[in-house]
Amino acid sequence: MPGKIITVSSGKGGVGKTTTTANLSIALAMLGYRVTCIDADIGLRNLDVMLGLESHVYYDIINYVEGHCRLRQAMIRDTRYPELSLLPAAQTRGKEALKVEDMVRVAHEAAEMAQFVIIDSPAGIEHGFRYATAPADLVLVVTNPEVTALRDADRVIGLLEADGYAPAQLILNRYNPELVRKNGMLSAETVVDLLAVDLIGIVPEDSKVLAASNQGQPVALDDRSAAGRAFRDIARRLSGEDVPIEALQERKFLRKLFGSRRKELA
Amino acid sequence: MKLFDLFRRRSSSTQDIAAERLRLVLTHDRANIAPGMLEVLKDEIIAVISKHLDIDADKVVVNFTEDNRETRLMADIPVHTARSRRAEGKV
Repeated sequence: MPGKIITVSSGKGGVGKTTTTANLSIALAMLGYRVTCIDADIGLRNLDVMLGLESHVYYDIINYVEGHCRLRQAMIRDTRYPELSLLPAAQTRGKEALKVEDMVRVAHEAAEMAQFVIIDSPAGIEHGFRYATAPADLVLVVTNPEVTALRDADRVIGLLEADGYAPAQLILNRYNPELVRKNGMLSAETVVDLLAVDLIGIVPEDSKVLAASNQGQPVALDDRSAAGRAFRDIARRLSGEDVPIEALQERKFLRKLFGSRRKELA
Repeated sequence: MKLFDLFRRRSSSTQDIAAERLRLVLTHDRANIAPGMLEVLKDEIIAVISKHLDIDADKVVVNFTEDNRETRLMADIPVHTARSRRAEGKV
């Protein structure tokens, strides 16, 4: 049976797409699954750096599509978990070098060899977004609890719905429960209510994420990081396990204890 | 009243402001209409209805409601009747 193809998208740039792709890929590999992650951000290659594999890049996805190498040759095996491999983006080409049909074919070929194929979509809603989401069985929309990022996430969800593409699930990244309690950040409940979309995970703001990317060691590898735990939990949910969302559980618990002081939206 | 509004605005959290602003942009994005166009639409609705009914143009409210990604355009148009005219002392 071919693996599940999951595209990580967002609309807005800088919300943590590549971080999410790297962490979910390694977290799924840690669970023992065979995973291939594909960097679809042609011209702005970064997934290799996030995974600490940049020095191993030799061929890329465009080399393969243009027939200059075999798929296996372009794929880089992870140095920590052999279950994980990366298909890097080309750095000196543009998005137009990859046609929608090419991406669909590559993703399906990768899915023949892996249980999960995770595609890191470029920002925006143009051609790059189109080819990255075309082969997906599921699209994970990454967003931050900010009006701008949420508006763009809603736009992406709307486009996916209009095209009859894969179902979308939301990852709320850089969530700060302390700030939510002080009424200085949109709560996850409000976000889910307004976007009317399934939430698959909340990743708390965590300084360890930057430390991890500095070193090319995704934070999911760090046992003591809250963000790392959140990514590992999302990976377990993707594998079909029923794992409660920690940040929501805390709020339910606090509300039970102290009653809700949150003003309901009209 | 204005003073009260000012007080209210100051006391509402940035969380509430963000939620309200997000709700508005999502509504307009999903309906694919620029916020300014809604005012134009409202004026046109008033003009059409006024041809057939005596309405209170100043009190017309036209906006969107959202229910689980389903958007509805709601127009609240008060109609002048004999009774309402009497109540306003316009008879």
